[in-house]
Amino acid sequence: MSVNSMLSVKDLRVSVDNKEILKGLDLEINAGEVHAIMGLNGAGKSTLANTIAGRDDYEVTEGTITFAGKDILELEPHERVGEGLFLGFQYPVEIPGVSNLNFMRTALNGVRRYRGEEDISAADFMKLVRAKAADLKMSADMLKRFVNVGFSGGEKKRNEMVQMAVLDPKLAVLDETDSGLDIDALKTVAEGINAQRSNDTAILLITHYQRLLDYVQPDVVHVMIDGKIVKSGGKELAAELEEKGYADVA
Amino acid sequence: MAGTQETQDQVAEITGEYKYGFVTDVEMDMAPKGLSEDIVRFISAKKKEPEWLLEWRLKAYRAWLKMEEPDWAKVNYPDIDYNDIYFYAAPKSQDKPKSLDEVDPELLRMYEKLGIPLREQEVLAGVEGARKVAVDAVFDSVSVATTFREELKKAGVIFMSISEAVHEYPDLVKKYLGTVVPQRDNYFAALNCAVFSDGTFVYIPKGVRCPMELSTYFRINAENTGQFERTLIVADEGSYVSYLEGCTAPMRDENQLHAAVVELITLDDAEIKYSTVQNWYPGDKDGKGGIYNFVTKRALCKGKNSKVSWTQVETGSAVTWKYPSCVLAGEGSVGEFYSVAVTNNLQQADTGTKMIHMAPNTRSTIISKGISAGRSQNCYRGLVKVLPGAEGVRNYTQCDSLLVSSTSGAHTVPYIEVKNPSAQIEHEATTSKISEDQLFYCRARGLDEEEAVAMIVNGFCKEVMQHLPMEFAVEAQKLLGLSLEGSVG
Repeated sequence: MSVNSMLSVKDLRVSVDNKEILKGLDLEINAGEVHAIMGLNGAGKSTLANTIAGRDDYEVTEGTITFAGKDILELEPHERVGEGLFLGFQYPVEIPGVSNLNFMRTALNGVRRYRGEEDISAADFMKLVRAKAADLKMSADMLKRFVNVGFSGGEKKRNEMVQMAVLDPKLAVLDETDSGLDIDALKTVAEGINAQRSNDTAILLITHYQRLLDYVQPDVVHVMIDGKIVKSGGKELAAELEEKGYADVA
Repeated sequence: MAGTQETQDQVAEITGEYKYGFVTDVEMDMAPKGLSEDIVRFISAKKKEPEWLLEWRLKAYRAWLKMEEPDWAKVNYPDIDYNDIYFYAAPKSQDKPKSLDEVDPELLRMYEKLGIPLREQEVLAGVEGARKVAVDAVFDSVSVATTFREELKKAGVIFMSISEAVHEYPDLVKKYLGTVVPQRDNYFAALNCAVFSDGTFVYIPKGVRCPMELSTYFRINAENTGQFERTLIVADEGSYVSYLEGCTAPMRDENQLHAAVVELITLDDAEIKYSTVQNWYPGDKDGKGGIYNFVTKRALCKGKNSKVSWTQVETGSAVTWKYPSCVLAGEGSVGEFYSVAVTNNLQQADTGTKMIHMAPNTRSTIISKGISAGRSQNCYRGLVKVLPGAEGVRNYTQCDSLLVSSTSGAHTVPYIEVKNPSAQIEHEATTSKISEDQLFYCRARGLDEEEAVAMIVNGFCKEVMQHLPMEFAVEAQKLLGLSLEGSVG
């Protein structure tokens, strides 16, 4: 584990309903890096994302997850967010009756409180969220609507990017953020991801298509099959996968 | 302290209550346990009531003796021994906590979370001698109350305790008392009629829009209205009033049985908006203690095109039996019922409404949100009734139930009786379990589990909460979260 280590996963074994899904997975991500994990449906990609975020019912039977030098396995999901982790959902969830603004402000204040900071003032929050929404071409109207209710697939993913920008995490794990997007939405989402890139942050993209990687250049690409990372390489590995398919590459 | 004395004098002057108030009287007197004609006479005499009111009480008492406690609601509680209750009793001073140190820490924690100042906490918790402090502590409220009273007086609005009103406006009280909920209406209403302790009287004159929201909080003598509260609100032709009942902070309360009666009357084109936040002691996690809240609330939309809107947020009490209703007797009158009922631990709530459409072109809307957590039982029970002569009636009912735990129950019992074929009645109902996906989504954005539940539940209740007056709504939101603490899992 280097001094720059953002995420270090070692020999991770995870079971859901007593069925082992992750079977000894290793992953090292340093600050400043963008990694992509590619794999077919059922390879365990989403299980990895959910486990990192701390979802109940994902039972870690072996191994460790260290985030920014800290063992996070015992932390509650919201505490992991407080530490600087963000999970972008494959299927963002609708919360009727709760406005997007209220949701984001509660989230941001939850994180600030975890870090011992004061709540953000209403005025500062509005300034922040308006700026981030504008960057991602989200209308003011969408901020006032109930969280993801009646949003199109693209709008939901864009909303995830606005939330990420507002929370400004150290590590963003983006689970199939590119699925179901038309080309314009894909470009906007990619801009959001690229804006989040810096020397102090890291991003883990989970995807099974190469096309997002045309807009977000990964430093490392991993191939995941049956609960393990079987091969890692540069961004050319993604193109190779697209061309030859998983069976041949692995 | 000079300051305190000054405040007390001022309050005494403003209200006339402090010197001769019910409170000081009560502290000297106590009737023996149990109920008899003598006790009813004693209560009436204590309040120096006129003969007609004594007779009225006695009639109710005699009716009550022949009635039976209702058992159709989906609630269970041990038999109440009516001979073991003080129907006229001073708060026993020896039982009062001497300081906040002696108050249930759970209660204090709740006050803290609701952001209630220390001195007000003492009043709410019933700390000995706190009333004096209260008069001082609520100095801000008192000054508010002063301007408030003057403004109301200018508008001709009558807003006082019902005991006062009996003496000051006997004709009005006599004319309307019991016209919506008669003495023999039901077991608990009859009991209330016989022994009611105090409550509120409001009269809005013709054409007057009450210049402010009336809140029991600002009625200095709102304390000690006792377990048998009686409220009567009359809105004369073309008038409007918004009335807020309750307080988001729980009061320390030793009385287990509460049987209140609320009567609302609207004349032509008048409107009453009645909002309640009920947060009485629900009992502990094992269902020990807690209030039995058996309330009869009913509105008579007597005048043409008049309107009554009930909004309630019910989070307290061990057992709730409550159906705020509208009798739509005036042509074109409108009844609305917006309700949130939260039950946790071993609480039981059987609540809903009755919309009785007697006149043509009357309309009603019912939106009910029930949230069950812990091992609680939550039942919506509602009646929509359309009489033969009522042409062109419309009703829309929506009942949604949310289960927070897998050990709680949600029940919906809608009764629809339509005797006029022109009526349009719509009924929608849903029941769902709080979604794991929603919970995890919130938690993965930095909310702890309880915040996540509170946020989802508040969203679920949005349609009702938005009918609450603004300040009330914010507090009620916090309250929902607090009521559901420890409910997850």
